Amino acid sequence: MLILIAVFTLSFIAGSFGLILGYAAIRYKVEGNPIVEQVDALLPQTQCGQCGFAGCRPYAEAIANGEAPINQCPPGGENTIVALADLLDVEVLPLNEEHGEHLELPMVAIIDEQTCIGCTLCIQACPVDAILGAAKHMHTVIEDECTGCELCLPPCPVDCIDMVPVKQTLEDWKWPAPGNLTEASGVH
Amino acid sequence: MSTNPVIYQFHGGMQLEHHKQLSLGQPLQQASLADEIIIPLNQHIGEANQALVKVGDEVSAGQILAETSELVSAPVHAPCTGRITAIEPRPIAHPSGQQADCFILQPTAGLATIESWDNPPLADSSKQELLEIIRAAGIVGLGGAVFPTAAKLETADNYPIETLIINGAECEPYITCDDILMQTRPALVIRGIQYLQRILQPQRTLIGIEDNKPTAIKAMREALSEAALEHTEVVSIPSLYPSGSEKQLIKILTGQEVHSGQLAFEIGALSQNTGTCAAIAQAVDQNQALTSRIVTVTGPGVNNPGNWLTPLGTPFSHLIELAGGYKVAQPKLIMGGPMMGLELNDDRIPVVKATNCILVLDQADQPQAQPCVRCGRCTEVCPAKLLPQQLYWYSRARQFETMEKYHLFDCIECGCCSAVCPSHIPLVQYYRYAKSEIWEQQRKTYKSDRSRKRHEFREARLERQKQRDEERRRLKREALAKKKAAQQQTGDKPDKPKEQTVDAVQAALLRVKARKQQQDAERKNISNLTPEQQRQIDEADARRQKMKQEDS
Repeated sequence: MLILIAVFTLSFIAGSFGLILGYAAIRYKVEGNPIVEQVDALLPQTQCGQCGFAGCRPYAEAIANGEAPINQCPPGGENTIVALADLLDVEVLPLNEEHGEHLELPMVAIIDEQTCIGCTLCIQACPVDAILGAAKHMHTVIEDECTGCELCLPPCPVDCIDMVPVKQTLEDWKWPAPGNLTEASGVH
Repeated sequence: MSTNPVIYQFHGGMQLEHHKQLSLGQPLQQASLADEIIIPLNQHIGEANQALVKVGDEVSAGQILAETSELVSAPVHAPCTGRITAIEPRPIAHPSGQQADCFILQPTAGLATIESWDNPPLADSSKQELLEIIRAAGIVGLGGAVFPTAAKLETADNYPIETLIINGAECEPYITCDDILMQTRPALVIRGIQYLQRILQPQRTLIGIEDNKPTAIKAMREALSEAALEHTEVVSIPSLYPSGSEKQLIKILTGQEVHSGQLAFEIGALSQNTGTCAAIAQAVDQNQALTSRIVTVTGPGVNNPGNWLTPLGTPFSHLIELAGGYKVAQPKLIMGGPMMGLELNDDRIPVVKATNCILVLDQADQPQAQPCVRCGRCTEVCPAKLLPQQLYWYSRARQFETMEKYHLFDCIECGCCSAVCPSHIPLVQYYRYAKSEIWEQQRKTYKSDRSRKRHEFREARLERQKQRDEERRRLKREALAKKKAAQQQTGDKPDKPKEQTVDAVQAALLRVKARKQQQDAERKNISNLTPEQQRQIDEADARRQKMKQEDS
């Protein structure tokens, strides 16, 4: 009899927890993969496609699904790789040179307005709508919005777009690292 | 009134050599006007100013040269009458050594003689009027932070201000500009305090002065009793660096702690520098914009150290000349004091609102930094109660996020930790480096969030366009199918429309042909001719005919 009571009590508890869990699974279902959001938040959002995917989000999805390594993002460079390694708890890898080089200084596209013929091809290529203009009218880059992805360069038929380093201002000037920071260092 | 109220102690701090007597040897003097006045467009923390004058303009003393309508801003004014010869980038007092846009003013008249301030009757301006005067006069915190004073007072309006604190501590070695101001013009400072009291309505006002300035304390106490201000006291505080830092002074005078991430307003305190008070009094009583300030020129590197009432925009080199020139072969130039000052490598840099002191030291070799021996002395002196050593290691390891958790942003960069470090590690430099790396990261995050949004918006737009096209094509297909079905129902032969199209094309061609013929028929340039023109045409035709006949 005692055994029966025990069995009955335990199965009742198990059953009710099962119901609660089942309800919670439906009621609080998470749409999409939350890891993708977190990975996407760490990527630099240049949308340049140098990683081999059509933008940062597809790459984030690939990383989250374990289909791509974390070292394919040249604009993000080492900082992004370290942050991704931290998030996903994987080994830090050196940047894969096949995908491009990491530039210390951010770049911005400049259209030579004398040469521009107003073909709108660059406007169609820009992933963040940072080029302004209309057919047969001069185009120009909204510098604050340009991510420096270089996607506008190949379609230009007259080669009038140049990449230049972003001009540094007093506001975004950085204190340099103290001299001996380059030595081997570590947290005690 | 000469009794001192209770004072409190803050954590850490350092006893430093004062070196104050060096520049107090001579009285306050008026600096002469330099040949060229260099006025940076922006001399405050906050929004950037827009130039109001252009190259070639004649400007008069006190005229506004640049301003903006944003709240956190302060206009800049011309310190003298003259002509703007250029607006160009010049070296300014900034740690980067970069240049910034400056007005170059060629004085055409001598310094305007400002009637001396001789205790005029108290102006009866209302609170709003006072704030407007302070804003228009371009007054900023003259203690060194250069935060626009009007903006600070307006923000403080949202909090009940219990204690108004007047900062006359001047705790950094060498600097004596506030000291000499309080010694020579105490009534002016008190007048400024009266106007501040009218704006803020504080329950009490405490004027904190370090006890290494007995003459200033005495002068201020006398002026205070003359003005007979209620609930206002001059408090002599122990000379312990950095007692002049806002949070530390609040702690000393009120015993209250401004906690991490808190503003002084939130605990009912607001502090103003004595120099700022004097500037407010001059602006209200004499309608004078902030175009000059007292600058201490001192240090073992100059011949005759002293204090000069200097027009803003005067190059450092001019002031150093007034102080008898350099005494050492390789001078090390610092704007501010030896602890928190800014090292500069160019003496053509102009005096700005933030320039309280020009310190000239001998370019001694910096002792080489040695490895940290973990003595913990930095922790003992840190007035912000931080763990400097811990922050140092994290900065070296570039673990900036961890540094934020260790309250990096509570660091006031006073330099105590670097000064006591037996290994001469430039600790503050590590914190500044970490702070700017964090700010850079924040800017990047902001930009990437923006880019993501724009990209997503674009994707959505393209998707929408695609769907619209698809929809249009679908509708067209359906319409065609319907038409076909309708034709089959009425029993039309399917090849009939084809013939119709051919006919339509031919008809159109015919129409075009007819129109062309009609146009040819009435060529506009030979219709409606005058008899004279007709005669000329006939003559030309006849000549052509004749030539043809001759040829044949």
